[in-house]
Amino acid sequence: MRQVDVLVVGAGPAGLAAARLAAAGAGRVEVLDREQQAGGVPRHCAHGGFGTWSRPLTGPAYARLLADAAVRAGAVVRTGVTALDWAGPLALTTVSAAGPETITARAIVLATGARERPRTARLVPGTRPAGVYTTGELQQAVHLHRQPVGTRAVVVGAQDVSYAAADTVRAAGADVVAMVTELPRAQTASVRALDARLRRGIPLLTDTTVTELLGHGRLSGVRVHHRDGRTATLPCDTVVFTGDFVPDHELARRGGLPLDPGTRGPAVDGVLRTARPGVFAVGSVLHAVESAATAAREGAHAAEAVLAALVGAEWPDGVPLTVDPPLRWIAPNRVTPADRHPYVLRTAALLTRPVLHVTQDGRLLHRRPLRSAVPNRTLTLTARWTPRVDPKGGPVRVSVA
Amino acid sequence: MTGAEAGQRDVRMTGAETGQLDGRTTVTERGPLPAVTYDVAIIGAGVVGSAVARALARHPRLRVALVEAQDDVGQGTSKANTAILHTGFDAVPGSLEARLVREGARQLAAYAAESGIPVEPVGALLVAWDEEQLAALPRLAEKAERNEYHAARLLGPAELYAREPRLGPGARGALHVPGESIICPWTTTLAYATQAVRHGVDLHLNCRVEQASRQDGSHVLKTSRGALRARRLVNAAGLHADTLDAQLGHDDFTVTPRRGQLLVFDKFARTLVHHLLLPVPTALGKGVLVAPTVYGNVLLGPTAEDLHDKRATGSTADALAGLRDKGRRILPALLDEEVTAVYAGLRAATGHDDYRIRAHPEQAYVTVGGIRSTGLTASLAIAEHVTGLLTETGLDPGPERELEPVRMPNLGEAFPRPYQRPDLIAADPQYGTLVCHCERVSRGEIRDALAATIPPRTLDGLRRRTRARAGRCQGFYCGAAVRALFEEAGA
Ligand SMILES: Cc1cc2nc3c(=O)[nH]c(=O)nc-3n(C[C@H](O)[C@H](O)[C@H](O)COP(=O)(O)OP(=O)(O)OC[C@H]3O[C@@H](n4cnc5c(N)ncnc54)[C@H](O)[C@@H]3O)c2cc1C
Ligand SMILES: Cc1cc2nc3c(=O)[nH]c(=O)nc-3n(C[C@H](O)[C@H](O)[C@H](O)COP(=O)(O)OP(=O)(O)OC[C@H]3O[C@@H](n4cnc5c(N)ncnc54)[C@H](O)[C@@H]3O)c2cc1C
Repeated sequence: MRQVDVLVVGAGPAGLAAARLAAAGAGRVEVLDREQQAGGVPRHCAHGGFGTWSRPLTGPAYARLLADAAVRAGAVVRTGVTALDWAGPLALTTVSAAGPETITARAIVLATGARERPRTARLVPGTRPAGVYTTGELQQAVHLHRQPVGTRAVVVGAQDVSYAAADTVRAAGADVVAMVTELPRAQTASVRALDARLRRGIPLLTDTTVTELLGHGRLSGVRVHHRDGRTATLPCDTVVFTGDFVPDHELARRGGLPLDPGTRGPAVDGVLRTARPGVFAVGSVLHAVESAATAAREGAHAAEAVLAALVGAEWPDGVPLTVDPPLRWIAPNRVTPADRHPYVLRTAALLTRPVLHVTQDGRLLHRRPLRSAVPNRTLTLTARWTPRVDPKGGPVRVSVA
Repeated sequence: MTGAEAGQRDVRMTGAETGQLDGRTTVTERGPLPAVTYDVAIIGAGVVGSAVARALARHPRLRVALVEAQDDVGQGTSKANTAILHTGFDAVPGSLEARLVREGARQLAAYAAESGIPVEPVGALLVAWDEEQLAALPRLAEKAERNEYHAARLLGPAELYAREPRLGPGARGALHVPGESIICPWTTTLAYATQAVRHGVDLHLNCRVEQASRQDGSHVLKTSRGALRARRLVNAAGLHADTLDAQLGHDDFTVTPRRGQLLVFDKFARTLVHHLLLPVPTALGKGVLVAPTVYGNVLLGPTAEDLHDKRATGSTADALAGLRDKGRRILPALLDEEVTAVYAGLRAATGHDDYRIRAHPEQAYVTVGGIRSTGLTASLAIAEHVTGLLTETGLDPGPERELEPVRMPNLGEAFPRPYQRPDLIAADPQYGTLVCHCERVSRGEIRDALAATIPPRTLDGLRRRTRARAGRCQGFYCGAAVRALFEEAGA
């Protein structure tokens, strides 16, 4: 049994950022990642859009930068190490090529990320052919392993990650037959949607669901169904299921940490404290998914709270922060009057000019008009209203008026 | 000894093939077939054909071929069932099936322990949800007695809910059948075939028998890889057993594929259920079951749909929705968990109540047909029965030997997996290097599988041998890495 001060599980943007800042103020800070390389998802996002305005980077370069920065700050980054389970309230069992080890810590930060729902979890019927991907697998196949991916691909989804998947398909030398979304429009910046449709000639099928996969051995096509009743078969040998993210909450659940019913990630307050004293959570495991920059920012915020906890700061309970439909979730999802960082939330339906109301026990805490709300795109909410929260009151609710 | 050690031993064995008596194994997947006349050819390397091959491998003088249309053993119905090691308590008393299931269950339980095939004796509860089902329970208990199964017991609702607190509301009682177990179907077929091959059986894959006929007192099989000659023939072709039978002039039965679709729920569901929850069969048909798996998941299914297409192993929206509705009644919390996999198997239904196993002495031919919904359980007893039929109808098997045991890599959660074995990781760090994170499959296990006696030819084959890519992410994290290892091995 080894003791460290801060143990971070997951060396993605969130975990690395947390480790870098924690290392500046704490004793031994250790980050574990089960992959052989640190960096998390950006390792295989071979495109730009990471880093900062002044210093734009590709995903892999960003991953390296974050890992190097954490190491330079004094954190120990260990790859090829899986955190398996809990051995106590602040202890984890791990395994690596060096064998099993139990590590105890004064603070633990869960930064285990998120994944896309695969075809099976989406219950898409049909045969079980080869050629069925998620974006995560596709990007790794193409960018990390140079594997061929077929010649004609259908991309299921029309959000940012779907467009990244389409780019990856094309980078692999294959054609994108179509992008398919159940929603009435694309859920990305309009320039990006237009560019894909007009300059690259990729048709976008809106209000359309994939109802069946066809083909024995290799995929031969997907059957689609339009809301108006029309059906069609799109011949293809590859299909990429994109988006529809789920948090990787295995450790959180094994540890019995309460989950938020909306995000399905561990419930945390405004400084990323879970219900268990000493245990924090950051990044995609809290809100599957936001940008890498958001994840990294959250890691930094958590580090401050970790350092405070190490010198004995109290661990307030907070009250639940919930959303009403058509909103899907909000994170963080517990609130204390001291919380200062903005919230991210999602809607399940397209909304024009919605007004967000934040209330507690019928009391209006905050009102915020928005221009629009699009599913699968980030909405943010300031934390300016948190001082008005009654820490002994009922849940705080965010609804659409 | 459990799996991981087995994994390691497997490597040693494949290196030196210690399980193979003359140090040579034959597994072919392409090219012409050997120009020999085999003593026995077995068509179909499902769990049944592989078990028959293993049984015949006891006789060192016999030259035996196991001929399989697909690129792997166990790729037909044997890979896609509900993985229950039945007691046979509800079989038709006095039938051949009843006897072979009863005997086979005992034999397979012992064989599994010896070979490292994961088995968990979870026991079954036949849950009654209405008056009619409740009334059927005593009759089922009585039937169990007639099938020489004496441990079945009726439970009232209180005891039932004490055993299964997460069961949906409204259950009236249950029949407890403690002997029902769960098993790994993939390892079972692979163990039989591996042991057969190590004892000299030739396994020919990608070798579809297109036409069976007899010439000059021996069988000439026209296959997709050329001709194969054999003095005796065993037809264990599963769904296609009727076609081959017809080619040899018999019309004893017709196989109608009866599809069973199943949902595999996330490992988080495993703690919700402790027993196999079986439906009570009534006049209105069979319901669906909820079954834990040895891999730590929970199955919901199967459907029963009579079809014509013997390749129709796809799933349908209606069936999946129907299963979820039924599952919600049985174990409501199950539906809150993610679905990890969906699959369908085809039962070789024949319209007969019993197996269609028949010897045709004049043709030196045995048909093993209609092994519908209990073939995994009965496989070892079927093999013994078939061997008996072959010898009774004139096969001289020559001397008999004990088989060298096989030790298969452990895929079961109830036994230590390699990543849980410090001794093993110390000896070989590759067992501590995880590649498939959801299923915690190490690089060492993948390497072992790729170097085994019968290596996988596809990623699906690798999955059935290691569980790699079988987990909740379905390859999001590890898919490309697993493929890279597979391709590196030149598989
Ligand atoms: C396919 C895809 C494409 C994306 N593209 C973009 C993009 O173009 N731009 C953008 O800004 N954002 C993008 N995102 C979102 C971005 O990747 C995430 O916001 C960011 O990676 C979140 O960081 P994280 O640290 O929370 O999680 P991750 O990056 O997912 O990292 C989690 C890490 O935890 C490790 N881990 C998990 N469990 C354990 C365990 N038990 N033991 C040890 N280690 C463990 C994992 O191996 C992983 O390395 C994309 C996301 C996906 C899935
Ligand atoms: C939904 C479902 C649930 C079930 N649950 C259970 C259970 O819980 N417990 C249990 O004991 N049993 C169960 N069963 C039954 C069990 O799976 C079968 O009885 C068993 O797998 C039959 O094995 P087999 O070897 O006869 O057939 P198969 O596994 O189908 O093998 C036949 C093989 O022959 C090959 N073949 C066919 N034609 C040719 C040809 N012309 N040339 C060469 N090769 C050929 C095929 O490719 C195939 O590999 C279930 C079945 C289903 C469908």
